[in-house]
Amino acid sequence: MSKAITVKDLWIVYKSLKSVSSKRALFSFGKNKLETFEAVRGVSFEIEEGQVVGLIGKNGSGKSTLLRSIAGIFSPDKGDIDLHGKTVSLLSIGVGFQNKLSGRENIYLSGLLMGFKKAEIEEKIDKIIEFSELGAFIDKPVKTYSSGMYSKLAFSITAVMETDIMLIDEVLSVGDEKFKKKSYDKIKELISDKTRTVIIVSHNSDQLKKLCDHIVWINDGVLMMQGETDEVLEAYKEFIK
Amino acid sequence: MKRFFRDLKRYNPYAMYAAKAELKSSVADSYLNWLWWILDPILFMLIYSFVVKLVFSSREENFAVFVIIGLTAWDFFNRTITNSVKLVRANKSTVTKIYIPKYTLILTKMYVNFFKMLISFALVIVGMIFTRVPVSFNLLYIPLILATLFAITFGAATIFMHFGVFIEDLSNVVTVLLRLVFYMSGIFYSISGRIGTNNPLIAKLLNLGNPVALVISSLRDVMLYNQTPNVLALIIWLVAGVLISALGVCTIYKYENSYTKVI
Repeated sequence: MSKAITVKDLWIVYKSLKSVSSKRALFSFGKNKLETFEAVRGVSFEIEEGQVVGLIGKNGSGKSTLLRSIAGIFSPDKGDIDLHGKTVSLLSIGVGFQNKLSGRENIYLSGLLMGFKKAEIEEKIDKIIEFSELGAFIDKPVKTYSSGMYSKLAFSITAVMETDIMLIDEVLSVGDEKFKKKSYDKIKELISDKTRTVIIVSHNSDQLKKLCDHIVWINDGVLMMQGETDEVLEAYKEFIK
Repeated sequence: MKRFFRDLKRYNPYAMYAAKAELKSSVADSYLNWLWWILDPILFMLIYSFVVKLVFSSREENFAVFVIIGLTAWDFFNRTITNSVKLVRANKSTVTKIYIPKYTLILTKMYVNFFKMLISFALVIVGMIFTRVPVSFNLLYIPLILATLFAITFGAATIFMHFGVFIEDLSNVVTVLLRLVFYMSGIFYSISGRIGTNNPLIAKLLNLGNPVALVISSLRDVMLYNQTPNVLALIIWLVAGVLISALGVCTIYKYENSYTKVI
């Protein structure tokens, strides 16, 4: 089986890149203490094509940072991430929409950003709208949406546009019961496609048990364990006791 | 360099669509909606005409057209630069969720402002017809003049956008700087006609050393006065603009992924 994601000795450091006022930039140039926070410290792992991988760890252990760097939003400070030329999309709570624009326009914008052509989006837009259950709201500005509707739209775009690698950051719990069930089923359907690689961040072990065939566990930015779902979840449960 | 063109090809449709959507949404909830695109330059032209006629007793002929030409170029430059300083922060929701070459955001703003510029150009043309300004082949220099304006604007915007991410109150500094450039660019007066009579050296320096002033005076040369602009100066600034843009784009590529850690 071919590799989908190769992460090698990844370090991500939040540096003293705090934004400063121009006064400080001018007068304390070079004097700034380097306050660093190492969010991810030397993590390496490989994920094969078609795998569904769960990412666990307590809050603040670097899960979201890791996902963002895989999505190409953060550059690694050391080490590298190889996606083997695959397209990737990150789905997290409150995906980036332009509040003033309508849902439909936001679908186009997100699709274009994900690297799809306008024609490809046009082909799928009806499916997205249908899946999102927004009905007439799709032509209303996104700022009028409730938070549930917002997340539903975000989920629908990522789910229907189908990139090779999907990164899902704690969004399986969006929407009402019905939509939750639907998105869960959709994920299952996406997973059944043997070429799609999925990484799911979740705190819900039952869900992970049902969906994933591998788990990566990180703690304080360090890789603790990687392996079969049951095995890792067992060890994780022991650890957090 | 190769990466720039590849990314440009991939993300340009996004910039275009985003610009279109922004234009549409900006007029969607206002009473006079798209009429503002026309009213805006006309109203400002009236204000400047009023002030200049009353206070400075203007000498320029065709003052209305004269001012609108100045405003057309200035607004494009001014709006793009002002936007660029806070651009990354303003698009926080997008840039923290997906990768996008950050100068694409500048391109979007430039498309928006270019559209507004076209409208005010249309007004200039209407004005030229009304006042029966003689036209000539000098109009063919317009693409060169605009290319210079775009290169300089894009270059400056990339630099300001980059530093705007790290320096929070840069926008205050930029506002002051832009005001200075505004008065030094001869938008409602002619640099060579006003400053030139007393201080020809300063006038020359302003006209050649300030690209915005150069662009504005060149536009007036070709559109109002039937004259050939200073082609050499324009080309030098065009090259300078391209170089600054290249520098800006390289800087952005190098640091853009740390932007998201800051905002």
